[in-house]
Amino acid sequence: MLNRTADNVARATPEPLAKKIRGISDKGLAWLFISPTILLLLAINIFPLFWAIYLSFTNYRANRPNEVVKNLGLANYQRILGDQDVWIAMQTTAHFVFWTILLQTVIGFTLAWLIDRKFRGHAFWTTIILVPMMLSPAVVGNFWRFLYEPQIGLFSYVISFVTGIPPTNVQMLSNVELAPWAIIIVDTWMWTPYVMLICLAGLRSIPEYIYEAAEVDRASNWRQFWSITLPMALPFIMLAVLFRGIENFKMFDMVNLLTGGGPGSTTEVASITLKRQAFESWRTGYSSAFAIILFVAVFGLANIYVKALNKVKQR
Amino acid sequence: MKSTLKLALGLASAIFASTAVSNVAHAEDLTLCWAAWDPANALVELSKDFTKQTGIGMKFEFVPWTNYADRFLNELNSHGKLCDLIIGDSQWIGGAAENGHYVKLNDFFDKEHISMDDFVPATVVGYSEWPKNTPNYWALPAMGDVVGWTYRKDWFSKPELQKEFKEKYGWELGPPKTYDQLMQIAEFFQKRQIDGKTVYGASIYTERGSEGITMGVTNVLYDYGFDYQNPKKPYEMQGFVNSADAAKGLEFYKKLYDCCTPPGSSNVYMGESADAFKSGQVALHMNFAFTWPGLYKDEKVGGDKIGFFANPAGPKGHFAQLGGQGISVVSYSDKQESALKYIKWFANKDVQAKWWALGGYSCLNAVVNDPKFPSSQPYASTFLESMAIVKDFWAEPSYATLLQAMQKRVHDYVVADKGTAQEALDSLVKDWTQTFQDDGKM
Repeated sequence: MLNRTADNVARATPEPLAKKIRGISDKGLAWLFISPTILLLLAINIFPLFWAIYLSFTNYRANRPNEVVKNLGLANYQRILGDQDVWIAMQTTAHFVFWTILLQTVIGFTLAWLIDRKFRGHAFWTTIILVPMMLSPAVVGNFWRFLYEPQIGLFSYVISFVTGIPPTNVQMLSNVELAPWAIIIVDTWMWTPYVMLICLAGLRSIPEYIYEAAEVDRASNWRQFWSITLPMALPFIMLAVLFRGIENFKMFDMVNLLTGGGPGSTTEVASITLKRQAFESWRTGYSSAFAIILFVAVFGLANIYVKALNKVKQR
Repeated sequence: MKSTLKLALGLASAIFASTAVSNVAHAEDLTLCWAAWDPANALVELSKDFTKQTGIGMKFEFVPWTNYADRFLNELNSHGKLCDLIIGDSQWIGGAAENGHYVKLNDFFDKEHISMDDFVPATVVGYSEWPKNTPNYWALPAMGDVVGWTYRKDWFSKPELQKEFKEKYGWELGPPKTYDQLMQIAEFFQKRQIDGKTVYGASIYTERGSEGITMGVTNVLYDYGFDYQNPKKPYEMQGFVNSADAAKGLEFYKKLYDCCTPPGSSNVYMGESADAFKSGQVALHMNFAFTWPGLYKDEKVGGDKIGFFANPAGPKGHFAQLGGQGISVVSYSDKQESALKYIKWFANKDVQAKWWALGGYSCLNAVVNDPKFPSSQPYASTFLESMAIVKDFWAEPSYATLLQAMQKRVHDYVVADKGTAQEALDSLVKDWTQTFQDDGKM
């Protein structure tokens, strides 16, 4: 009965279409399914990348569409690499990336280790700790700008209460020494929970029997931490460092909202410089070259790091 | 059945007709693009008369100042059709003219007998002409504006403060005529207790992101001898931008910032500066004149409590930074004819008089030279005095690059305490030279 129905359907299907459907291979079908995504990727990611590479060798300015575009060869790259202001921006970025990652990793891992103890109410505290990460960076930026406000900000009053310095002298966003730390504090406050989550996943993946064996061998807590906990959680910590490193290397929103790169150029990270060149000065060719340099730097560093991560995992 | 069919057909026709009519009405609507600020609200009110007279509806696209340049320059560069009319910043005129964003208005002005001689000369040069000082018009002067100062008249009139000030500085406490006097007043009020509250000397522009600190510092620089270029040799900047006198002007601005501004004043522009004054924090307040009507109406600090004065004179001159804008027809608009009708209507004397009455700053001679004008508002005479001494930033097509360089160099020195004033201006000359070389102008 079933066969007869199938035959009827096959016979009812117009010949060319049936042939076409029957003739398509698995590979062809797979390409058919992924081709829209590939086309989108090509249009949104790959084409702009190659276009930016092309523009980086020209004097093109997006605000002067009628001007003749000249080929400059490597001049844009030479100018960027010889520009002292660009190097200062790169140093500022490196300072920001180093301290945020260090603080977030130390605090995030410590919190994960504490949460992993499974004390009473640990689920509640986990949720509370995760709240900053769930907020929009725009909200966090504006919120902290008020907190840092020297005349009305809560942060200034807390510092004043603890240190005795008048609150109006605690100028977190205006002071050249303090402004970079103001951004580091906010980024650490917001993204430590993220590092904590990844570390917590690492800690929970360590089998309980390893600790039981260590207990039998009378290994101290300290010894267990250094010989079991840390080495086994290390790939996860390194993964968190990788994610945060890439994110913070291209940090823009928080800096833009809190200081706009100021005071002066004290907090002008590379992405702010890039934005200014591209969309305020309209030096499209120059900024394309800068973007390519940044891309190569992040891509190269991430690759080296991933290789190191794989080695750690293989141990 | 027949009647049901008729009813259905009738309804369908009515719906079709109403849609068609509404489409016709929408087709005539003009979109005017400008910044989101008090004068824009006045313009909305004013434009109702235009709609009444012509039947052409007006839509408005207002963007906050911080995004104003980004948003509308992107729109123009991408040949967008969003704006039929645009009130663009004075410094955009060079780029907009050379890149074909604005419609040239010379023929239209001739046809409609609109004469640029009828407008305040500084506003014609600043808002309409490109190249500067040539009769090539790309905009109608729309909103005159200039940097000036307000002060707390009520604090200045306190007898005990007047006495103390006179004893300390040897002159009567009042609006300053020179920068030395301005500094003395600012120092006098800095961290003083007035009515049980700590107050500060002055609020000045220090913003880094867009154009803030440049619009502030240039007021002082001009008066100390800064010039953009050699008047006899265009684009020669060495010794004009970075003269020893100009460096002294920059040092003065830094001294004023370090000594006499409220805490946390490292990123202040129009909004923040007005807020500092409105909240009763400062004795002196630098801002564009457009803020004055709103401040005068303010219940806490307006009325008898506020006074106005023009930018003080310096050792080498007496100038003030020009603000304001002209209104232009966007060349990518499909409704240029209607847009030109709006400009013709806006140039009318009665409309300009109403514009001033509503809170806009007219640039028409017939309005500002009216004998009643100085007494028409408490700030009118200060506005006139200030408009007579204006000077503007570069209006070159590369103005944005030139502006960003100045923002960086000046902010680095004044706010971030980096290097010396002379080094900041020397670096600025290098940046600007590079920009003009890239443009093939040097």
